[in-house]
Amino acid sequence: MKKNIKKSKDVLSYNNNESWVYSDVVKSHFFKPQNLLLKDPKKSEFDAEGQVGSPQCGDVMKIWIKVGPPAGGEKIKKLKWRTFGCASAIASTSMFSVMVTEKGGMKLEDALKVRPQDIMQRLHGLPARKVHCSVLCDKAFRQAVNNYFRNTAQHQRIIVDGAKIIDKNLNITDKDIESAVLDGAKTLLDVQKKLKVGVGDPSAIPEIEQLIKFYNEKYYG
Amino acid sequence: MKNIYLDHASTTPMDKKVAKAMAVCQAKIYGNAGSLHKAGREAKAELIKARKTIAQILSCRIEEIVFTGSGTESDNLAVLGVMRTNKSFGNHIIVSSIEHHAVLFTAESLKKVGFELSILSVNRDGIILIDNLKKTINDKTTLVSIMYANNEIGTIEPIREIAEIIKQIRQDRQNRNIKTPIYFHTDACQAAGFLDLNVQNLGVDLLTINGSKIYGPKGTGVLYIKSGVRIEPIIFGGGQEQGRRSGTENIVGIVGLTEALKIANAKIKTESVRETKLRDYFIKQVLVKIPKVVLNGSQEKRLPNNINISILDIEGEAMLLWLDKYGIYCSTGSACDSQSLEPSHVILALGRPYEFANGALRFTLGRSTTKKDLDYVLKVLPKIASDLRKISPVNVKMG
Repeated sequence: MKKNIKKSKDVLSYNNNESWVYSDVVKSHFFKPQNLLLKDPKKSEFDAEGQVGSPQCGDVMKIWIKVGPPAGGEKIKKLKWRTFGCASAIASTSMFSVMVTEKGGMKLEDALKVRPQDIMQRLHGLPARKVHCSVLCDKAFRQAVNNYFRNTAQHQRIIVDGAKIIDKNLNITDKDIESAVLDGAKTLLDVQKKLKVGVGDPSAIPEIEQLIKFYNEKYYG
Repeated sequence: MKNIYLDHASTTPMDKKVAKAMAVCQAKIYGNAGSLHKAGREAKAELIKARKTIAQILSCRIEEIVFTGSGTESDNLAVLGVMRTNKSFGNHIIVSSIEHHAVLFTAESLKKVGFELSILSVNRDGIILIDNLKKTINDKTTLVSIMYANNEIGTIEPIREIAEIIKQIRQDRQNRNIKTPIYFHTDACQAAGFLDLNVQNLGVDLLTINGSKIYGPKGTGVLYIKSGVRIEPIIFGGGQEQGRRSGTENIVGIVGLTEALKIANAKIKTESVRETKLRDYFIKQVLVKIPKVVLNGSQEKRLPNNINISILDIEGEAMLLWLDKYGIYCSTGSACDSQSLEPSHVILALGRPYEFANGALRFTLGRSTTKKDLDYVLKVLPKIASDLRKISPVNVKMG
């Protein structure tokens, strides 16, 4: 049990939040990224693509996927990517691409279940404030999968991101709070600083506090 | 592999002479400069000697020199000390949008407790507009704090002109019998070693120097406070430094800082000429060798050692790590490399979009930098840029 706690702590933050030092696995994926798309793809090379982020916020990720065989038990046959971003963005996307394509490819349904903390675990941790970078690659992947569902006319399978509005005045959702927690927010004050939440609607504070607790336990507990 | 240190604006390696002066002092001086016995008097003698030397370099009186624990502390003392004690006269402070956080955040903390804060914008080169400053000053303005030269983009601000304006305002207030004092503080941490530090020439009322930026020890700073400036301490205790900065004097640090400033001042001309040449060579070459690169800051009004460029479509931290692998040390304005995950406020203040800040690299030259070092960077950097561009899905328009 004790060992487990230690392990999960290492996943939360490499070197106690304080250092910029990346693990050797992160470094090796940064300096030698896997599954990069170097040349622009040919027409039928991939089934779908997805992109998230913007250069303003510092990270952009684009993912291309090849899926097969069709219908039901599809596996990820090929996943290629490009990233504008820092070392952890590059390394986490690289690791994600390895995870979903190794051993003949992960089932599509399983690949959609890969969580940021699973990627972090394989990377031997990331600095806490960098976690939001690795969250982006699973989002880009989900976009690509939705794009695949659309391209293959499986509209009923498209995943809709359900977001619940918590602060009506500022239009802040549970997803915003989730990403603030992934960004390192631990307390109401942290989240308020990041989102200016609660300022618009003070009655939302109890629910925000609950969500902070929930997401912190989910990702770091 | 040789390490090429191009991050002198972050901090400088210690000069060997400084280290030696400190070692000699360390071995012999241990007393508290406030003690009456011989050990104390010996410490005090060192302190007086150091203060005299600094006063000579700045062209001021010895009692106008206050030793502090860092450049940051000097800035905090100037801003908080002046604003708090003059609150009954006026509560308005003006700073520029590209100040170091030691000034900017301190001024913002005052705003939270009821002071008025005006943040002056800068032009595309990073220079404040004098007319703008004139318009912003009102009868409640007690402090204007504008840095001598910027730490990120090396832009040199028109300090003498600003001082002249402050003088006129003071005269005008006197004529109108308005009792509110007005003072001008400048953070000269980056300017020291390159620009004139004679406070009579500059006409400033307060000036910050930092030991660690001039090949001296870390954890040392100076605040010049002109006689007559009303200021209160921010650190209380034994009343050292004429009650302006309590705490047993760090004699070894002060000796090191003084030696460092002496050497830096002696080298001002030769080092400025030498580093300016290297700087201009690098800027010219890098703009030719790498497509989609822009220089941040002014081309002419620029510190001799500062190079700040944005390489578009790629992210600063990734470049920094690749350069580090090749033994080249520099800084970035990217959000990913900051504690707050906010991109450089200075690059944004120039009116540049976020993409420019996230792709900003700063190389700051120093005494050890050679043309050969820069040629090596010029060989490595284009390859890094083109490799990272290959894997980037972004294509930002040059603006």
